[in-house]
Amino acid sequence: MSDRIGREVEMRSIPFNTVKKKVKAAIMEAAFIAGDDLMASFKKALAEEESPLGKETLNQLIQNAEIAKDKRIPLCQDTGLAVFFVEIGDEVKIKGGLLFDALNEATREAYGDAYLRKSACNPLTRKNTGDNTPAIIHCDIVKGDKLKIVFCAKGGGSENMSRVTMLRPSDGRKGIEDFVVQRVWEAQANPCPPIIVGVGIGGTFERAAIIAKKALLDPIGKRNPDPELADMELSMLKKINDLGIGPAGLGGRITALDVKIIMQPCHIASLPLAVNINCHSSRHAEIDF
Amino acid sequence: MKILKPPLKREDVDALVAGDKVLITGVIYTGRDAAHKRLVDLLDSNKPLPFDVNGAVIFYVGPTPAPPGRPIGSAGPTTSYRMDAYAPRLMEKGLRAMIGKGPRDANVKDAMKKYGCVYLAATGGAGALVAETVKKAEVIAFDDLGPEAIRRLEVVDFPVIVINDTKGNDLYIENVKKYKKG
Repeated sequence: MSDRIGREVEMRSIPFNTVKKKVKAAIMEAAFIAGDDLMASFKKALAEEESPLGKETLNQLIQNAEIAKDKRIPLCQDTGLAVFFVEIGDEVKIKGGLLFDALNEATREAYGDAYLRKSACNPLTRKNTGDNTPAIIHCDIVKGDKLKIVFCAKGGGSENMSRVTMLRPSDGRKGIEDFVVQRVWEAQANPCPPIIVGVGIGGTFERAAIIAKKALLDPIGKRNPDPELADMELSMLKKINDLGIGPAGLGGRITALDVKIIMQPCHIASLPLAVNINCHSSRHAEIDF
Repeated sequence: MKILKPPLKREDVDALVAGDKVLITGVIYTGRDAAHKRLVDLLDSNKPLPFDVNGAVIFYVGPTPAPPGRPIGSAGPTTSYRMDAYAPRLMEKGLRAMIGKGPRDANVKDAMKKYGCVYLAATGGAGALVAETVKKAEVIAFDDLGPEAIRRLEVVDFPVIVINDTKGNDLYIENVKKYKKG
């Protein structure tokens, strides 16, 4: 390949099977092992929770994670649709096949070999596709010779509680916060609280939803580098935890473990907003090549 | 802690109050979206159901496949509102308890009072923990539905909490009110 002024650029070649194997292993681990940030947030929530039933629920979640890890039983029976966020460098080439095929084959094999639930079906006939494919893949091309793949097992219960809306520009920050908090209030116990709330602000109708999901992938407790967005995250987290929904929706202080925003420019006429809710079983893995 | 041993009689569930912690030991049946649709289709065409609903407990779950050496995979509750359209039809036939998570609609709550049925919550997302209480699992109907097939489970000390009793109490509403600020 040559660059824009005609110099030859050497492409980095990554074998198809290497991608497939590493992604497959990551999918399986994510089903059985809760991340360190998630476990730490359970323990922090347990210390802060006032409700006896809330504490009991959080203790069950900690115990559940221990059983899942020791006995290799999935943390949750909803092992999700397989969602991938890919960043592929412009100097990377997959040798021996297509990147999307590698991700779908890894999904098929991981969900089969690790006895994970196949949850993909035809929307109308509801017939199961049988192997949890097709995976949902979002791909960006970036500069360089690296390949980064982030896998997320996204459950249906919390996904069903998510929404996209097109606010008026005059709704502003207050409109955004009100919509997000109202969405969590309406969701109540359904999405398996304590939840993680991904908020996508701006872009277009579809872009807002994608960045809201992407926002869920950063570690719990990590604040947005923009001071105003960080302030909005904490403001919404407080309002959500004042709702009283609590762990498992049985009443309590901890309804959300975190709120995370990704924002990007939008049309002068619009204020797109997406709220993507994740259950407490936040399962994801990053694979770097 | 109260104990329930299905099949249940009306007086067994009338004795429960929202907020009671309960351990279930005995046979329960799994069923979620697609299985409920088929059960109601059978009722509509006056055909027999694949198990005796009278006195039964239905657990809204689609488990992960059983790995070698285990009766079942991960088996936590799924969200119940998706079964709201079907649940009253099964209560008419004597269904005594439903296990799931998340609030039910007004029709379902009315039917619970009318027919004598309770709604119990298991901890959502604690699928590995719940699976430990399942000792035996067998598909008894709709095998083609995969995770949504109806299974007969034998459980020991399956932990649940009463959300809606037969008197019209609702634990979700009562408890959230206690902790809501402003």
